[in-house]
Amino acid sequence: MNGEPILRFEDVSKIYPLPAGDVVALDRVSLTVDPGEFIAVMGPSGSGKSTLLNLMGCLDVPTAGKIYLSGREISRMSDDDLTRLRRDRIGFVFQQFNLIPLLSAVENVEFPIILTTDREESRRRAIEVMRAMHLDDALFTHRPGELSGGEQQRVAIARALVNDPDLLLCDEPTGNLDTKTGTAIMEILAEENRESKTVIMVTHDPNVAAYARRTIRIVDGRLA
Amino acid sequence: MIFFDLAIRNLKRHKVRSILAMVGIIIGVIAIASLGIMGSSLSVLFSGMISDVSDTLLVTPHLAVSSGDPFDPRNTLAARISEKNLGLIEKAAGQHRVIPMILASDRLHVRDTSGYVTIYAMPAADIPFLLDEEAGIFPQGRSSGVMVGSLLADELDLHPGSRIEVGGESVRVVGIAAERGMAIDINPDYALIVTEDWYTERHGNQDYSRVVVKVSDLSEIEGVKAAIDQQINRRKEVVDVLDSREILEIFYETTDAINIFLLGIGAVSLLVASVSILNVMIISVTERTGEIGLMRSIGARKREVLRMFLYESLLLGIAGSIAGGIVSIAVAHYVTATVAEYLTDFAMSAGAGVPVTVVIGYVAFAMAFGTATSIVAGFYPAWKAAQLNPIEALRYE
Repeated sequence: MNGEPILRFEDVSKIYPLPAGDVVALDRVSLTVDPGEFIAVMGPSGSGKSTLLNLMGCLDVPTAGKIYLSGREISRMSDDDLTRLRRDRIGFVFQQFNLIPLLSAVENVEFPIILTTDREESRRRAIEVMRAMHLDDALFTHRPGELSGGEQQRVAIARALVNDPDLLLCDEPTGNLDTKTGTAIMEILAEENRESKTVIMVTHDPNVAAYARRTIRIVDGRLA
Repeated sequence: MIFFDLAIRNLKRHKVRSILAMVGIIIGVIAIASLGIMGSSLSVLFSGMISDVSDTLLVTPHLAVSSGDPFDPRNTLAARISEKNLGLIEKAAGQHRVIPMILASDRLHVRDTSGYVTIYAMPAADIPFLLDEEAGIFPQGRSSGVMVGSLLADELDLHPGSRIEVGGESVRVVGIAAERGMAIDINPDYALIVTEDWYTERHGNQDYSRVVVKVSDLSEIEGVKAAIDQQINRRKEVVDVLDSREILEIFYETTDAINIFLLGIGAVSLLVASVSILNVMIISVTERTGEIGLMRSIGARKREVLRMFLYESLLLGIAGSIAGGIVSIAVAHYVTATVAEYLTDFAMSAGAGVPVTVVIGYVAFAMAFGTATSIVAGFYPAWKAAQLNPIEALRYE
């Protein structure tokens, strides 16, 4: 990676038009994320945290302003191009784990890369990442419903990392876990960050936010 | 292919639902295939009964000529074509063969059976031209015996050499005519065939009931027909000229219409089936909205989501079509066997049946139609799934 910021927001606004009047979810937000950062995004519910994360994750485009991912402007990209960026450059970890119930653990992990890589190579890579998450080999063929919450979240993190993303985006990654399991998950994320992965995490738990090296606070769509 | 696997697994997850959707397609495919086959069985059955005499013009007296009710059968029988008009017909027909004939009926008595029988009387030389002999010889001249139609001979157990009583006179059977089927010119299978001389010797000279013109070159039929019309019907309608091709055309048009109607009924049942697939697919997409949102957010493109759901409806369609195709072949086997049996029963063109290629054609058509309607039915839900906004879909519970 060169000195270029991995993510740059320039006066980014997101407005949702509603019959009762427009809702300004983000109001002229500018920020820069450098490679290797570990950032916690905090704020009350409805403050625009999720919108910020969606825009960072190429799931949505801003109403106004510009977003650059590794120097490339993404704010006007087509749906297909955004999808390709999500597939190749970004890893998502959700509060609800969001594993595909019809696929086994290892199939869930290989899903993002099997779209571009052959089956054998995908499987090899998936197993490698799952072992790094300290998942037992015996669990690989289990369906998500047969796994504990902690195991599911580790499978989900493995899935997020399998494409070796530039950016790991986490939405309340410990929100559905007990404290002990949550701590284990945070250790994994911290470890990934130490190995130079950029991590951005939405949370409202200060203990979780403490793992991050920078905290962005957001209130009413503006950075506080 | 992971999306194909997902489609199969989702169908398996909802086994009952998938099977029910398939049953619709199975029924639709069976309906199309067996109704189509039934339609062509009807065609085969009819054309087995009607021998193809596309080279024939039938000249009959115009009924208005015999002053009287055209719907009174006695007038029909009384109407005649005169010797003079026969000459005009021969002139118009040129080198084509003209066969004048008298149609009559008389009492027939064979052993202890008696009843009325149709008699065809025509010049001796023309008989071999219209008929084939099954046994014995063709009648010759005035003193010779009579020829018996094939089915009548079967029924009354007559053979060349048998004696029968016609109009009170004992005559000898000289030959049995080969089976011919129904046609517009003559229907000899239940009739007696005699020479014109034989008939006139017993009943006196008579005008003709009808004149058959055999046109050796099919392309000349129209011309001959027009010429006859021109020669005889110039001032008023004296005769009617019937072109056998017209009749066959009407017949084929009718059976085609029946076929299309039957296929239409089959198609409706497949449309109903496609609605049930549409329904199942919409449910499937709704249930999996969250999953779709997730797949989209981690890199599945619209067209991949579209493909996944199309695979599902395609699989339903293919599985249903194959099952329906297998049952259809069994049904077709039964239907064609029944038709063949009927044909043998009526002793009409035995051996004819619906050709295997036609059966396979209809089954293949039904299967293709079943699969195609499934894809069409699946397209809308699949497209809806592909268009879902990933963020909203992810949030959907």
